Amino acid sequence: MADVVEDEEKWLAAGVAGLQQNAFYMHRALDSNNLRDALKYSAQMLSELRTSKLSPHKYYALYMRAFDELRKLEMFFKEEARRGCSIIDLYELVQHAGNILPRLYLLCTVGSVYIKSKEAPAKDVLKDLVEMCRGIQHPVRGLFLRSYLAQVSRDKLPDIGSEYEGDADTVMDAVEFVLQNFTEMNKLWVRMQHQGPAREKEKREKERSELRDLVGKNLHVLGQIEGVDLEMYKDVVLPRVLEQVVNCKDELAQYYLMDCIIQVFPDEYHLQTLDVLLGACPQLQPTVDIKTVLSRLMERLSNYAASSIDALPEFLQVEAFSKLNNAIGKVIEAQVDMPVLGVITLYSSLLTFTLHVHPDRLDYADQVLGACVKKLSGKEKLEDSKATKQIVSLLSAPLEKYNDIVIALKLSNYPCIMEYLDSETNKVMATVIIQSIMKNKTRISAADKVEALFELIKGLIKDLDGTVHDEVDEDDFKEEQNSVARLIQMLYNDDVEEMFKIICTVRKHILTGGPKRLPFTIPPLVFSSLKLVRQLQGQDENPFGEEESTTPKKIFQLLNQTVETLSNVPAPELALRLYLQCAEAANDCDLEPVAYEFFTQAYILYEEEISDSRAQVTAIHLIIGTLQRMHVFGVENRDTLTHKATGYSAKLLKKPDQCRAVYVCSHLFWVDDQENIKDGERVLLCLKRALRIANAAQQMANAARGSTGSVTLFVEILNKYLYFFEKGNPQITVAAVQSLIELITTEMQSDSSTPDPAADAFLASTLRYIEFQKQKGGAIGEKYDSIKV
Amino acid sequence: MVLVLALGDLHIPHRAPDLPAKFKSMLVPGKIQHIICTGNLCIKEVQDYLRTLCPDLHITRGEYDEETRYPETKTLTIGQFKLGLCHGHQVIPWGDLDSLAMLQRQLDVDILVTGHTHQFAAYKHEGGVVINPGSATGAYSSITYDVNPSFVLMDIDGLRVVVYVYELIDGEVKVDKIDFKKTTHTAH
Repeated sequence: MADVVEDEEKWLAAGVAGLQQNAFYMHRALDSNNLRDALKYSAQMLSELRTSKLSPHKYYALYMRAFDELRKLEMFFKEEARRGCSIIDLYELVQHAGNILPRLYLLCTVGSVYIKSKEAPAKDVLKDLVEMCRGIQHPVRGLFLRSYLAQVSRDKLPDIGSEYEGDADTVMDAVEFVLQNFTEMNKLWVRMQHQGPAREKEKREKERSELRDLVGKNLHVLGQIEGVDLEMYKDVVLPRVLEQVVNCKDELAQYYLMDCIIQVFPDEYHLQTLDVLLGACPQLQPTVDIKTVLSRLMERLSNYAASSIDALPEFLQVEAFSKLNNAIGKVIEAQVDMPVLGVITLYSSLLTFTLHVHPDRLDYADQVLGACVKKLSGKEKLEDSKATKQIVSLLSAPLEKYNDIVIALKLSNYPCIMEYLDSETNKVMATVIIQSIMKNKTRISAADKVEALFELIKGLIKDLDGTVHDEVDEDDFKEEQNSVARLIQMLYNDDVEEMFKIICTVRKHILTGGPKRLPFTIPPLVFSSLKLVRQLQGQDENPFGEEESTTPKKIFQLLNQTVETLSNVPAPELALRLYLQCAEAANDCDLEPVAYEFFTQAYILYEEEISDSRAQVTAIHLIIGTLQRMHVFGVENRDTLTHKATGYSAKLLKKPDQCRAVYVCSHLFWVDDQENIKDGERVLLCLKRALRIANAAQQMANAARGSTGSVTLFVEILNKYLYFFEKGNPQITVAAVQSLIELITTEMQSDSSTPDPAADAFLASTLRYIEFQKQKGGAIGEKYDSIKV
Repeated sequence: MVLVLALGDLHIPHRAPDLPAKFKSMLVPGKIQHIICTGNLCIKEVQDYLRTLCPDLHITRGEYDEETRYPETKTLTIGQFKLGLCHGHQVIPWGDLDSLAMLQRQLDVDILVTGHTHQFAAYKHEGGVVINPGSATGAYSSITYDVNPSFVLMDIDGLRVVVYVYELIDGEVKVDKIDFKKTTHTAH
């Protein structure tokens, strides 16, 4: 192989050398106006192009050099003609060249000058040239020769409005000429594949592919002829070109030329000749990549529709959609072996087309999806990753177009297609859907739409049958479930009844999610429900008292059952928080038994499920904080709950935690805005108990470490004393405050206490606060005045 | 002058899908020197987002935070000011100024930032300041009805701090400005 390349380099170098040498003599002859010598050397120069040893690529390099030289020769011919030399004589003269290939190059060169001189009608010269080029039947040589002809003649065609147009010369002649050249070139090109040994077929196809633009150039020229109007395109150009394309029965040529036609001619021509163009598709070789061709056509047409509103009636008039739809159906039928990917790609393009051109015709979009489902039916879930990717893009198209999932939910075939995705891709698609909703802030406000949506995204909602569970990345899983949680916020309706239906629908689906998903999906559902409760709170009871109507009570029942499902996870800390949220909402609705039930549930969890000491501390704070705010409870219920809460507080593991929780409990007996909850005595009991625990903590520290530890707890309790002192709790006396301050100062001065700058600063700022309050004057100032620091 | 962003109680994704778009477009990287977040983000995605705005991020733990390693309280010094940070569910009665003032004395800070109530608040209190930036997403709260999304920007300059409150009311961002001067007889 390397030898071949090396040899080729050598042959090319030899060819170039020969060419340059003769070009040198040709120039000399040109300079001395020696026409005869000039022709002789140019013919010798062009003889180098007779080689068969070069690959198309190398041949092209040689051709380009010859081409440059021929430009100079053409200039010379023009000069000659200007000086009075008969161009007809020149045309005769060059035909004396001995070899046919140099002769034809020279003829084309003179012919170009001939047309320009207008001494003969352009059409006659062109016809003559294009006929004579038949003399070269070697594919590569013939292709380059004809390419040269096309190049030198392209600005001399008798096009409408061109200077070469005349009575005898019409645009029809120009078209005829180019079509003929195209046909001949294509034949040469197709024939190339049969030359040489079969084992080099692959290499040959590659070389052929390199030459395709030479053939395609003719179509470009056709596309640029002004005189080719729609009628001529329809009656002459397209049928003739297609005839050649279909009849050549060559895969490479058919694919390239179909694409060329689509790219070269104007969109409105395609639209008006869809029947003809599409009619050719099923006649192509079964191996032709027709899906790409058609996809490009539809892409062009979509862009055309997008670029001009005026084009739309045209699309309707020619029934573009149904024609494309039919054509695709036929092509799929004709190409039995088309892989699934091809089918989906085709429908994907058609969908994009209809979304652009007929955005108002959802039925078209659904038809496309339906046709796709039909093709997929009977097949297993797709394993081909390219095909699934294509389905994702197919399904994403309506979302991107409408920016509104609600519209996609109207497409009955949409979920059917998702069935064919493997579970991994199904999840990807579900994520795409959710992202679309989030990005566009689409609110989904009807329960049946929510139902349809959850059907679509079920890959994220539950384990699909046959899913392999292992190897799910935890971060990915979290991200997925968090996106579902976000989605739940977008399912919303101001109408209470509809919202309740939405909540029930969401609940039904997420409860199928299993213990791994529930901690992600339950909280948003609970808060959606609590928002609904709050909305109902502002409304009067339904005066008609219909049993079916939604009431807070009904929602709380549902909430209770919903939060309860977390016990199977188990997620007691989360469940406790949610129960307390529900309790407070029930409090706001004046539903004492309901609130009590929620508290009971929270307490049971605290007692039975929460064992981590740090989790207990947080939980007890949340319990006390919530209970402090409850006003719905009668004395008995309240006593039970506060009694329990103080009990839990005193049983925390670490003494400082115990101490803090116990002094916080004091707030359960003294609530600012509730006149019936001002039990000064029990406040004092709590604070005294906290003091005892603080003492015990110090003794324990002393026993264990030899130092009493910090006085921080005492200063905290002092602050609570001051708090209730200020609130007017009669049990908190000046003497009590005073003695506590003394206790702390003594402690701090004791040898066994550990120095603690934070505690010092805390005490200092507390004392400063007392001073500050004293100076405030008024009732508060007077109260504080009696405290001696 | 130093800009400090204070926010909290986002409750993403339990109670809100995301920060309001209007807030997101205002909060751009490179303008803010410190972020203090009272907690309840609740997921790591939100923490990552905040870190893109400013790498100096201080977070305390809310009761719904997925990340359990956030501290219960935190103090930091910015310029002449000592700041304290706490979510606030530990301070009972919730949102009670006198109880928060006690925490402020305990942490010995000039500015105490807490959350939990979802209600913006700023009080001057015996020479110090107590700020609640509200809920940045306007999340549902059992304590506050009709929560508007809000956050706070503090412009700390010498002994002066200007607190800008950004609140989203009916789709429009309203800005309020509160001025505080640190009095010299405060601690340190």
